[in-house]
Amino acid sequence: MTGMTHVTAARAGRGRRAPARPGTLRALAGMAYAAPTAVIVLTLFLAPLVLVVVMSLHRWPLLGAPTFNAPANYAKIADDPLFPDAVVFTLKYTAIITVLLSALALGLALLVQERRPGVGFFRTAFFLPGAVGFAAAALLFYGMLNNDVGPFGFLGVKWTGTPNMALTSTIMLVLWRFAGFNMLILLTGLQSIPVEVYEAARSDGASRWQVFTKITLPLLRPTLALMLILSVTGSLLAFDQFFIFTNGGPDNSTVSMVMVIYRNAFFKFDLGGAAAISVVVLAVLVALNTLQLKVLR
Amino acid sequence: MRYYSSRSALAVLFLFPLLWSGWSSLRGQDGGYTLGNYAQMARFGEGLPRYFGNSLLVSVITVVGTVVVSALGGYAFARFRFPGKNLLFLATLAILMVPYATILIPLYVLLGYVGLQNSLVGLALVFVMFQLPFATYMMRNSFEAVPRELEEAAMVDGCGSLRALIGILLPAVRPGLITVGLFAFLASWNDFFAPLILLNDGSSFPLPVAVVSMTQKTFGAIDYGMLQAGVMVMAVPCLLLFLVLQRYYVRGFMSGALRG
Repeated sequence: MTGMTHVTAARAGRGRRAPARPGTLRALAGMAYAAPTAVIVLTLFLAPLVLVVVMSLHRWPLLGAPTFNAPANYAKIADDPLFPDAVVFTLKYTAIITVLLSALALGLALLVQERRPGVGFFRTAFFLPGAVGFAAAALLFYGMLNNDVGPFGFLGVKWTGTPNMALTSTIMLVLWRFAGFNMLILLTGLQSIPVEVYEAARSDGASRWQVFTKITLPLLRPTLALMLILSVTGSLLAFDQFFIFTNGGPDNSTVSMVMVIYRNAFFKFDLGGAAAISVVVLAVLVALNTLQLKVLR
Repeated sequence: MRYYSSRSALAVLFLFPLLWSGWSSLRGQDGGYTLGNYAQMARFGEGLPRYFGNSLLVSVITVVGTVVVSALGGYAFARFRFPGKNLLFLATLAILMVPYATILIPLYVLLGYVGLQNSLVGLALVFVMFQLPFATYMMRNSFEAVPRELEEAAMVDGCGSLRALIGILLPAVRPGLITVGLFAFLASWNDFFAPLILLNDGSSFPLPVAVVSMTQKTFGAIDYGMLQAGVMVMAVPCLLLFLVLQRYYVRGFMSGALRG
């Protein structure tokens, strides 16, 4: 960008006596308005992005001077006591959540699609958990699924006692918190399908199921793609639900990838190692998002 | 009737946890109703006023910062041509692609370099950065939807672009500004991961980190009534704000750019 500023300045200098060309002045004004955005993107986004790569090439303790040790931080990722299992667990969690969340959100969206008296109440009711912060939602379930104080104690279910139950309970929490959010995304897509298309299909004698599979789903594709990308990305980066609700337990069975990054950085004080995992996760995520966009669009 | 019964059953399912949390936050140890849990929570750790104040401060800086930066940026992207414009816009949207953790670890180091370690202002600036892709996109679209004639008339009258922005355009994009502000508030008020990483002094914790620490065994037995009181203190402002500004929240979805 500095080079380009140079060109503009030179051009302005050429017309010395004449007043600066209005186009140049406007460009300068535009740059001034965009300057705060540029400063934030540069210092708080691009600079850390470069720094995380640099950190991943160094032994970088929480305190003390960093020393160059590439590629040791990357080489030791496979030997991390938690990370390989965390990758498998996070992928499993992502697959389950994405399927269940999409199905539930689509079901809810179809239920409140039509304009009828009272439909606003149902939409609001389904979405309301989404207005609560995720940390607050996790703490809510932490109490609600505790058998000593929660309302479900009489069922005698150990909600977080076994690895499978801990995962199931977490999935319930995430579905409760995010179903309405995804429903809202799908609802905007559903409402952009022209009513005439449905009417034409019905007058041709299409059944409800045919309308759904032949019209609704294909026309909803772009919206579904957006929802899937948000869901996959969000699940791969899961942290709050496992840190707060299951605390990684029992027996480290619900440790997600981001939790390993956090533990390496702030419990093992190994920022370099955490940075290396972060870079790998970043690369995988960018590749995955690109792939998803290609396949789904 | 079938229409309403199935939907009502689902509505109960979705509302039940919130109602249970509110109910149990008001239950005393003896089984009666009391504000004791809230009183208990007010004295927890550094005290509720401190945590609430921290959360409020971070949220206010984030909302103001996001609204100002994205309004100026949106105006620039919608109405001006300047070198590097597309590159900057793409770089801003690219923030969406990068995992939270990937960027927070180096930010922890970077903020330390400039003396903003453990600082609520530093945390708020980071939140502004995370809000920028959505906010900039939203504001650019809002400005583009305003007819150009509106500001050109003002410019002919001798107004500069800044006066046209403040006097004429900002009132016209008010709904967009409210949407951006609402999303910035909900994100900064509720976020847990960023303050967990960037702050290490208990007296600067915002509500989510403080309330989560109630579940840590170092504070002795977990007081579940107090915990749900904490959940309510965090959740109720968001629920009220959402109910009042629902219209603006849904607008954000219509614009199609969101981070889940």
